[in-house]
Amino acid sequence: MTVKLLLNVNGKEVEADIDPRTLLVQFLRENLRLTGTHVGCDTGQCGACTIHLNGQAVKSCNILALQAQGSEVLTIEGLAAANGDMHPMQVAFKECHGLQCGFCTPGMVMSATALLKENPKPSEEQIRAGLDGNMCRCTGYQNIVKAVQTCAARS
Amino acid sequence: MGANPTSAFPNGIGASSLRKEDQRFLTGAGNYTDDINFPGQSYAYFLRSPHAHAKIKSIKTQAASAAPGVVAIFTGADLAEAKVGGLPCGWLITDMSGQPMKEPPHPPLAQGKVHHVGDQVAVVIAESYLQAKDAAELIEVDYDVLASVTDVATATQPGQPAVHDMAPNNVCYVWGHGDKAAVDKAFSAAAHVTTLEIRNNRLIPNAIEPRAAVAQYSRSEDAYTLYVANQNPHVERLLMTAFVLGLPEHKVRVIAPDVGGGFGSKIFLYAEETVITWAAKRVNRTIKWTAERFESFMSDAHGRDHATKAELALDKDGHFLAMRVKTAANLGAYLSTFASSVPTILYATLLAGQYTTPAIYAEVTGVFTNTVPVDAYRGAGRPEATFVVERLVSKAAMELGIAQDEIRRRNFIKTFPYATPVGLTYDVGNYEATLAAATKIADVAGFPARREEAKRRGKLRGIGYSCYIEACGLAPSNIAGALGARAGLFEAGEIRVHPTGSVTVFTGSHSHGQGHETTFAQVVAERLGIPFENVDVVHGDTGRIPFGMGTYGSRSLAVGGSAIMKALDKIIAKGKKIAAHMLEAADSDIVFENGNFKVAGTDKQLAFGQVAFSAYVPHNYPLDKLEPGLNETAFYDPTNFTYPAGSHICEVEVDPETGVTKVVSYVASDDFGNIVNPMIVEGQVHGGLVQGIGQALLEQAVYDPESGQLLSGSYTDYAMPRADDVPNFKVDTQVTPCTHNPLGVKGCGEAGAIGSPPAVISAVIDALKDLGVRDMAMPATPYRVWQTIQNARA
Repeated sequence: MTVKLLLNVNGKEVEADIDPRTLLVQFLRENLRLTGTHVGCDTGQCGACTIHLNGQAVKSCNILALQAQGSEVLTIEGLAAANGDMHPMQVAFKECHGLQCGFCTPGMVMSATALLKENPKPSEEQIRAGLDGNMCRCTGYQNIVKAVQTCAARS
Repeated sequence: MGANPTSAFPNGIGASSLRKEDQRFLTGAGNYTDDINFPGQSYAYFLRSPHAHAKIKSIKTQAASAAPGVVAIFTGADLAEAKVGGLPCGWLITDMSGQPMKEPPHPPLAQGKVHHVGDQVAVVIAESYLQAKDAAELIEVDYDVLASVTDVATATQPGQPAVHDMAPNNVCYVWGHGDKAAVDKAFSAAAHVTTLEIRNNRLIPNAIEPRAAVAQYSRSEDAYTLYVANQNPHVERLLMTAFVLGLPEHKVRVIAPDVGGGFGSKIFLYAEETVITWAAKRVNRTIKWTAERFESFMSDAHGRDHATKAELALDKDGHFLAMRVKTAANLGAYLSTFASSVPTILYATLLAGQYTTPAIYAEVTGVFTNTVPVDAYRGAGRPEATFVVERLVSKAAMELGIAQDEIRRRNFIKTFPYATPVGLTYDVGNYEATLAAATKIADVAGFPARREEAKRRGKLRGIGYSCYIEACGLAPSNIAGALGARAGLFEAGEIRVHPTGSVTVFTGSHSHGQGHETTFAQVVAERLGIPFENVDVVHGDTGRIPFGMGTYGSRSLAVGGSAIMKALDKIIAKGKKIAAHMLEAADSDIVFENGNFKVAGTDKQLAFGQVAFSAYVPHNYPLDKLEPGLNETAFYDPTNFTYPAGSHICEVEVDPETGVTKVVSYVASDDFGNIVNPMIVEGQVHGGLVQGIGQALLEQAVYDPESGQLLSGSYTDYAMPRADDVPNFKVDTQVTPCTHNPLGVKGCGEAGAIGSPPAVISAVIDALKDLGVRDMAMPATPYRVWQTIQNARA
């Protein structure tokens, strides 16, 4: 059995017939080949799969693709400007060395941009608490926090 | 960030150059194994043992084979019939009686028995992953469940279940190191003896990228390609082809593309990639496998898990006279690739630490249990050694009433080279420098006031020290070979200069977060005097790079970087000959400076790019005595280990009402020798520190003692450090260049994880010392700390 799915991903209308069991992250990675969104734990714990669903940070391994029916999805591939210029958060991550292996990075960046939308001038404590749902095993978080602070200070 | 004022090049050695790899990682363009897909690929799912220890009476696959989408199902019997071998161990340890360690077979799919929860029993290959997983549920395995043993401290006692019949009392080896007689004599004459019972807690590495592999077989070429999340593709290929599958090595190409963290856990040859490589030819299909996180927990090699009794003998003035260590090291159910070497060669040799202790003896029992194999995890033996040494020293200082820094200073090694009683020769170091720097940055003088201030807030504040050393830059092959290594430990590098003067570097090292594409390019840019942008680094593909040993043990720059330097020397030497011909000068008159070949003492010169062009368009070229082209390969085998060392000072605050411990200040002053990219080095330290703090305060792999089930098998049960668990760190570096490699570098990847656990634990103990607390097990969870406080008050 398949079900029709209609949604907007990174500004483009997408239509597909999918197995209703398909998770949103599977749909993004396998159907659309948007492999920038990663699966780190498949249990909603690590945050590597974080995307924006109608402007809110959501763990895409934790919802069915059908739950995004008619929604707007933004993934890491859609974050940069149309001309390819990176989003200020991406720039800040690079300048502050907020990434090492890069695997948690897309989810971390998506969470961080959502965090600043909610709270444009967060304290360090608020940043750390706000990123509590995204694990990084490489950086020790310090430079991620610095990147978010840097981005916040510039906007 | 930015240019190094001491270098002529904006992105040369010493510059905090921003990373080349970041653009793709930040825009979702990274290429990790699970991102790789091929038309018509099939998917593998591994059925795993739900039992810690059981006989397999029968496996029925008929119903599963008939399930929708199933391509094939294989079990251990199929592999045995095809004469697929067991997964090998790469290091032979010879026990105290001269006998080789016990090496039980490690079949990639279980044969006859399963030995730990998560052991591979069968593989289902199907058109989709869900179909493979659904079909696996239809496989009927009839188990005869046996009693199991998981605890390293008790597994060797009489009457415990035998994991392998060939290993009586579950002993793999009993290995001794050092002069026992001298140690015993020193203890008998000591004014003071400090003793500790230590459990170095078992950890699960948890790279955020789960292990994954894609295996292809080409009938037209009769050759295989394996994409795999791995730290050392040539080692993977050698072990898989020569020891397990019996395939010609040159018919298998192993590609480790972008890899999402390793920390040791992706060094090893695992069953899953071996099985799907074999099966790819059987089913003539591309096969993809990606671990789910629960599989990572129960099949990635774990780390640490020691039970140790340690003793330090001192004279009345706090000088160390001797150390005696007895350790039981959990090896798990099978010997993983380097398992045997971690608690022996990489552990006992580090027990001198930074000190002049004249006599040291260690006895290590390698123990089989019904747990996931245990192997190298960030630090690999050295964190365990550092914890023993630094906790003994801290406890001795407390017992003797000597200040923590003072007892260390009294015993520091001050003259180099220094031969330790445990087999290493430290080439260089300056331990006072890092201790002095850390003391200053940590404002140790202000600690009593901070402690008082905390007390007024109802918090108990403590300070802890750790002065660690590690042996990195693995390794001189001949020394490693004499100690049982079954592989060389050199590294390879190739410099391919293109006709227009840009350069591609092919390295045997592998980057899975370390930033080699940047650091190695900085080295090449500086040495050749060419723009950093004109240098690309290729790694991780046996079809492109020379035979290399990969990345682990903080070896990449010290060994891989040295191979690149050697190859660069060859490039420059050849370039001088080309330039001499073009400039009509003698070879010996040519000097290479800032990217130009010059006739010494004249203004005649050629830019590097002009010489490169001439090498490939050899019209005006000494063809009678020199080959065209500018492409050199070098292999570098180190003459000694490198010895990064440092001093860490940690302050914690304990809430006595809840037992919650917060790291409130952490200073690390490290000596990594020369530094190519300070920004990257700092990031490596941060990451290591959080893994060490995770070990000290949060992380613990737990097995149920009765059933042998892994209780900490998910992120809800295994406490990974998150952003709000850790503070900002103050990191500093002091420099004594390594004396025996061309860059003078020592390695920085593991230091944080090695140095930090004893600093944190000693700080917790210091916080509770007025209650009479003198020891604290890891992890110092709120419950454990609270219970310790209650017991102390009772």
